[in-house]
Amino acid sequence: MDFEAVIGLEVHAQLSTESKIFCACSSKFGATPNANACPVCTGMPGVLPVLNRRVVEFAIRAAVATGCTVQRRSVFARKNYFYPDLPKAYQISQYELPIALGGHLDIEAGGVSKRVGITRIHMEEDAGKLIHGGSSAGSQGSLADLNRCSVPLIEIVSEPDMRTAEEASDYLRRLRDILVYLEVCDGNMEEGSFRCDANVSVRPRGQEKLGTRAELKNMNSFRNVEKAIEHEIRRQVELIEDGGTVVQETRLWDADRNETRSMRGKEEAHDYRYFPDPDLLPLVIADAWIDELRQTIPELPVPKSARFTERYGLTIYDASLLASVRALADFFEGAVAAFGKNPKTTANECIQWKDAILANAVSVETIGQVVEDRETGLISATAGKTLIEQSIATGKAVRVLREELGLTQMSDTGELEAVVAAVIAANPKEVEIYKGGKEGLLSFFVGQVMKETKGKANPKIVSEVCRKLLG
Amino acid sequence: MSTIPVHEWTLREAADRIRSGGVSSRELTEAILGRIAAINPKINAWVTVIPEKAMAQAAVFDEMQARGESAGPLHGVPVGLKDIFCTKGIKTTCGSRILHNFVPPYDAAVTERVLCAGAVLLGKQNMDEFAMGSSTETSFFGNTLNPWDPSRIPGGSSGGTAAAVASAMCFAAMGTDTGGSIRQPASLCGVVGLKPTYGRVSRYGMIAFASSLDQGGPVTRTVADAALMLGIVAGHDRRDSTSLDLPVPDYDAALGRDVKGLRVGLPKEYFEGEGLDPQVRAAVDRALAALVAAGAEAVEVSLPHTEYALSTYYLIAPAEASSNLARYDGVRYGHRAEGTSGLIEMMSKTRAEGFGPEVKRRIMIGTYALSAGYYEAFYGKAQKVRTLIRRDFDAAFQKADVLLTPTAPTPAFRIGEKTDDPLTMYLSDIYTIPCNLAGIPGISVPCGMSSEGLPIGAQLLANHFREETLLTAAGAIERAIPLPRVAPFKG
Repeated sequence: MDFEAVIGLEVHAQLSTESKIFCACSSKFGATPNANACPVCTGMPGVLPVLNRRVVEFAIRAAVATGCTVQRRSVFARKNYFYPDLPKAYQISQYELPIALGGHLDIEAGGVSKRVGITRIHMEEDAGKLIHGGSSAGSQGSLADLNRCSVPLIEIVSEPDMRTAEEASDYLRRLRDILVYLEVCDGNMEEGSFRCDANVSVRPRGQEKLGTRAELKNMNSFRNVEKAIEHEIRRQVELIEDGGTVVQETRLWDADRNETRSMRGKEEAHDYRYFPDPDLLPLVIADAWIDELRQTIPELPVPKSARFTERYGLTIYDASLLASVRALADFFEGAVAAFGKNPKTTANECIQWKDAILANAVSVETIGQVVEDRETGLISATAGKTLIEQSIATGKAVRVLREELGLTQMSDTGELEAVVAAVIAANPKEVEIYKGGKEGLLSFFVGQVMKETKGKANPKIVSEVCRKLLG
Repeated sequence: MSTIPVHEWTLREAADRIRSGGVSSRELTEAILGRIAAINPKINAWVTVIPEKAMAQAAVFDEMQARGESAGPLHGVPVGLKDIFCTKGIKTTCGSRILHNFVPPYDAAVTERVLCAGAVLLGKQNMDEFAMGSSTETSFFGNTLNPWDPSRIPGGSSGGTAAAVASAMCFAAMGTDTGGSIRQPASLCGVVGLKPTYGRVSRYGMIAFASSLDQGGPVTRTVADAALMLGIVAGHDRRDSTSLDLPVPDYDAALGRDVKGLRVGLPKEYFEGEGLDPQVRAAVDRALAALVAAGAEAVEVSLPHTEYALSTYYLIAPAEASSNLARYDGVRYGHRAEGTSGLIEMMSKTRAEGFGPEVKRRIMIGTYALSAGYYEAFYGKAQKVRTLIRRDFDAAFQKADVLLTPTAPTPAFRIGEKTDDPLTMYLSDIYTIPCNLAGIPGISVPCGMSSEGLPIGAQLLANHFREETLLTAAGAIERAIPLPRVAPFKG
């Protein structure tokens, strides 16, 4: 039988606000355990949450950028469960009335464009982290690090609109690119600031009714999300073909073994007893605020990529690669604007030096000047590469290095004519053969000129001059 | 000098006399600490008394006074706090074993405001465990006795607070009221107890029982003292999102106002039910007569959903409590059971040992009310009825400026009389609960004594943020019906 997979994704994105969602503690990653904790985020008796305005702002920006409708009234609810990394024994989240509903994201997989629906976006607080016995020196039981408690998250829930692992992974990448673009999330999957759970089911192609789904967790890279979904689809199809049935459950991806494992027992049907948090008033958002934030949404990757192909004549591949990272796109446009030279060459250089650019190791001037000098024939492509490498290594400006390393090409026709004339005079035999019709010998003369000029001559001009003087 | 003993002064008298140099804060604090040492062992109104800290603080205030400085309107006056308000560096138990050793690293907003006004903190007062009770019999630290008759309960949950004020072991104190926990013990102990409008006083640092109902307020021996305390603790606090950013009126100005033309509503449902003691009824009638004699006008009003208030309350309050009290799991602070293996056993045993039966009962009711499949039928329905009850009051306040009712159906009952019958115990709050559900302010003011010499209080209710009306009307009753301010308890 031919099966079709149905995939929906739940993404938890940590918002990169300075402070936590309900208190003033820093939300920075990597601090000494429990250094970023106060009575509020550690759930001491009598303390109360106060909503961080910046969190709402970030959530609204994410909602607007994904085409969601921001709700004028949303309500925080308590999700009740006991766990030592959850000090209040409830997580403040949004349940029945989230901040945003009904958006979408356009994806492209296997050369096909597709619109994936976004069901909702809601705000919530993160839980802490447990460090289990043995993993920390001298610890007997488990230790709780509450630094991450109350760090703000948005959960973005997609519709079950994806059909392949590739589509899911493209959706995920694009969603991450947008959030990073908006500067609301750093998108770091390894540090857990961008996490994804996948709901996967299969059904015979053509069947309307959805199959029983499994929820996949513990995938901490794009590659793992793709592999886990592929594996899970295969597992479910094989199970059904063998006459079995899929059970609704949570499965953990094991990246070492390349398989998903059931979390049986641990995640038995929880009743979270959601109810509106009486400590927080309903959140009422004025239209004016949404409009104001809408103005701050930058040009997003997809339209930016389209503009790059249109305006600069870049290939779709180069344009979308540059546009996928805001800093890279801005760098590219900065270099083109400042030096106004060949955008294609500039794009190639930006792509070639992407990592260095994103690490702030290369300036707009470096790339811009190299492109400019290549355009004017002052340097060769090889020399350009050497210059950028040296500039990164020494921190010196490329034009200083060009002189120091003597990489400037001889492009003066008059100057080169003298050298070419001397070479012709010194090689009468070859001139004769050339004139006899063996034009392939042109490269011999160019080579001789290059040798004479110790490689500094512009080979393009040399070959023109040679052709002219050889008649 | 006055002929009445120092400890019987009102809060205002005490503050005035310190201010005028007639007495030092140390003298006053020492006198009250002496009173506590003599009486508290018999009454058990305090969980924690801090004599050294109090004397040291009094000395600081005396030095300030000597330099001509004043810390505020309560400069140097000894007061108490219900053991539900967090006090930095001072044990805060909430009457529970689970917090028997909890020392907060922060002050509640109420604690801050009272201390900033210059008060000397004497200690923390006994209460029903997590404010769940109407008799102070559910405290882990033993029950408090009524200073008017030690065989009787002082009411609850702020029973320690009311008993301490009534027996002059402090000049004023702060209690909390979720369903009557300030007003009912004030009524049973013959003192004034005011529950402000929900949102008037910050809940920050006040240990939560039912977040949408809890409100802190003063317990004092006079209406004027309640006005003074309210002016100190009221006001917006950014740390409490439910605290309202409205200006605090001059409550003193309300004290002298005339009640002429004031429309006093009598909710008929409050006088119809069984269980209202005839002596209480008669005392409330005298309070009404006093108001009418002063020019107020009596009008009958109806609060038709009153009969559903108790069941509504006993769904909403336990539901919120079941979530609020879930944090007491032995992981980070408070009691932790010994000799357990594994997380679940540690948490379960900690909670089994740490909570008393009434708290457990309410956690179970609340957990059930919020459970999947029952939420709509219980919590959801209760919220709807709550809205109807609020509308009842809205309608009543179209016809009346203030409502007059009994505070409690009976005077203080005997210790142990209702401990085996939770439902009868819950009925003690039948007149006070609707006020919390509607979020409106209420006050209990003494209006008579029973034939057995037990105090009886009248309850006044006003519309949101109309505390001034309460103070005006309660002041008129207080002036018209003179009653002893301090229980004759000798220890």
